[in-house]
Amino acid sequence: MIDFFFQVLWALDATLRVATPLMLCAMAGIFSERSGIVDISLEGKLLSGAFVAAAIASLTGSAWLGLGGAICASVLMSLLHGFACITHKGDQVVSGVAINFLASGLTVILGIAIFKRGGQTPTLSSDERFRPIELWFVDILDNLPILGSVYRELVSGHSLLVYIALICVPVASFILYRTRFGLRLRAVGESPIAVDSAGVSVTWLRYRALIVGGVFCGIAGAYLSISHGANFVREMSAGKGYIALAAVIFGNWRPISAFWACLMFGFLDAITSRLQGVDLPIIGEIPSQLMVALPYIMTIILLSGFIGRPSPPSAIGLPYRK
Amino acid sequence: MSVRKPLPRWADLILLPLINLCAAFFVCGVVVWIIGENPWVALMVMIKGAFVYPGSLGYTLYYTTNFIFTGLAVATAFHANLFNIGGEGQAYVGSLGILLATALFAPYLPSIFVILLCIVCSALMGAAWALIPGYLQAKRGSHVVITTIMFNFLASALMVWLLAGPLIQIGQQSPQSDLIPESAHLPSAETFFGWFGLDIVSSPLNLSFILALIALFVFWMLIWKTRLGYEIRAVGKNQDAANYAGINVSRTIIITMTISGAFAGLLAINEVMGVQHRAILNFTAGYGFTGIAVALMGRNHPIGIFFASLLFGALFQGGAELDFEFKSITRDMVLLIQGMIILFSGALAYMFNPALSRILTRVWKGGKQDD
Repeated sequence: MIDFFFQVLWALDATLRVATPLMLCAMAGIFSERSGIVDISLEGKLLSGAFVAAAIASLTGSAWLGLGGAICASVLMSLLHGFACITHKGDQVVSGVAINFLASGLTVILGIAIFKRGGQTPTLSSDERFRPIELWFVDILDNLPILGSVYRELVSGHSLLVYIALICVPVASFILYRTRFGLRLRAVGESPIAVDSAGVSVTWLRYRALIVGGVFCGIAGAYLSISHGANFVREMSAGKGYIALAAVIFGNWRPISAFWACLMFGFLDAITSRLQGVDLPIIGEIPSQLMVALPYIMTIILLSGFIGRPSPPSAIGLPYRK
Repeated sequence: MSVRKPLPRWADLILLPLINLCAAFFVCGVVVWIIGENPWVALMVMIKGAFVYPGSLGYTLYYTTNFIFTGLAVATAFHANLFNIGGEGQAYVGSLGILLATALFAPYLPSIFVILLCIVCSALMGAAWALIPGYLQAKRGSHVVITTIMFNFLASALMVWLLAGPLIQIGQQSPQSDLIPESAHLPSAETFFGWFGLDIVSSPLNLSFILALIALFVFWMLIWKTRLGYEIRAVGKNQDAANYAGINVSRTIIITMTISGAFAGLLAINEVMGVQHRAILNFTAGYGFTGIAVALMGRNHPIGIFFASLLFGALFQGGAELDFEFKSITRDMVLLIQGMIILFSGALAYMFNPALSRILTRVWKGGKQDD
């Protein structure tokens, strides 16, 4: 029983670690898509953030500068996306694909040019990274039977960026539903013409949504390379941007629901490695590829409207022409 | 803002794409220059690597073959205003069609029929993989962009499972299928020219290049010379109008996606029957995504797609040469170039339009005054 309890605890702990970049990217996706901009460039922003964070952290020795650099890089990518599909009214999907290509190319090219390690960055020492932090009262709460272990293993002992990600979710929800900016942002995704006739700039509003998304993706990238990992490896985003996009859809473009979707996808990922080679009762061994594919299968089923009805922003994907 | 005249046809079809291409290469050149290498030298290395060295042309055309198929896949969908990002996955499962056809027919039929059946089956598998996103778009309103992305991941997971499990070559550790029987091998260009007593340098180029050229022609016939092609283009231009004209929109969407997937599935012919003679892990190597750039550059027209494929074939082959000649720039440069081309000739396609039309108007007026 105790053993099982710790198994669950560790699985949840791993879930949180895996889900962190997903949550941040999903929030980014929600901001951008709620403003009416399709964002399949989450992947590229995440990747460029990861590279710049690791590169700057290893050049300057400061994780904070790395984080700042990651945010700048990711916001720059967002601005490029905006320049193409807001200013020049280009196709949003095409622009997103272009950004993903640019990110895969640039991160490796610059990585080789700067570090000469075939696209990787040097391994960072522990003070160049965001290390796990112990929360307060861990030692005192340790005396409590179950709660103590939960607190020590699950709540405490993550890096700062994990806590930032967890805070970002309610913050994103608050901004979207409780502020004037959020109201306008949701409006511009539903009916840009109404926002425009109210005298609010559609262009600037959408740019701001993309910039906010860039910040989130930058933090997520930094988490991958200087907190969860200790260096940048080529293509290290490995489809997480797309999973986050799936989570956005799964969460019906709402922050809190998307957060649960991220946790669920993270949980699937976390237990995949544990289930490998394990014979489960009745169903037998589950191929790990099935587990990998499960988030996509679930999203497709959801999208096809067999469970609930997805309600994307009405003006999504359409450039606004006066 | 005064109403500007649209660009003349030749400028819209040739000049503007060329300007966009130059802009893309210019930005990449700047990146190379920042890294501290000479962009001009890099370009020369790529051109030599793609066309000049012995055998290099064969490699270039071999890549071209792949890009024609995936470019056609994307372009077919574009004509119906659909965005098929799933070429990668459709091509990947296309290989299953070949494995299936060889297993079923190779022991009983002569080579030529086996090859034809393989072609049909790979197209069918690709089509099937695109059919579901097409159906979901047409009937259930889920966006084909998202579903085709998801289907890429599904294809990848499925193929890893199959190649590492049920289909793995007996006694092998690496995930790859058994060799397909020899009767299903497509003759390489070397063999083909050998029949006529010509001796050419060995390369992966094979007869699927001819198939690609046929596909280009079929695509042209389909889109501009058939009733279905008319329906596809009508749906692409305006669904409501198409519907009002009596075209079954959802049926057209589904058929378009199936044809699109079939083109992508044919890529497996080149890789599995022409070169590897087995299905290996990740043999699609991003060709499906490059198809997007090809279709955008080629303006969804067979001639454009051919030249765009040739360009990307040259880039892939020439890019490999960068690895040998430079320390700090590698074939990853091609990814950047691809991104820039998609950006400039796709998302920013009309950025230079106003300026160009202003210049052309001025030149035209100037010429008139001289008269």
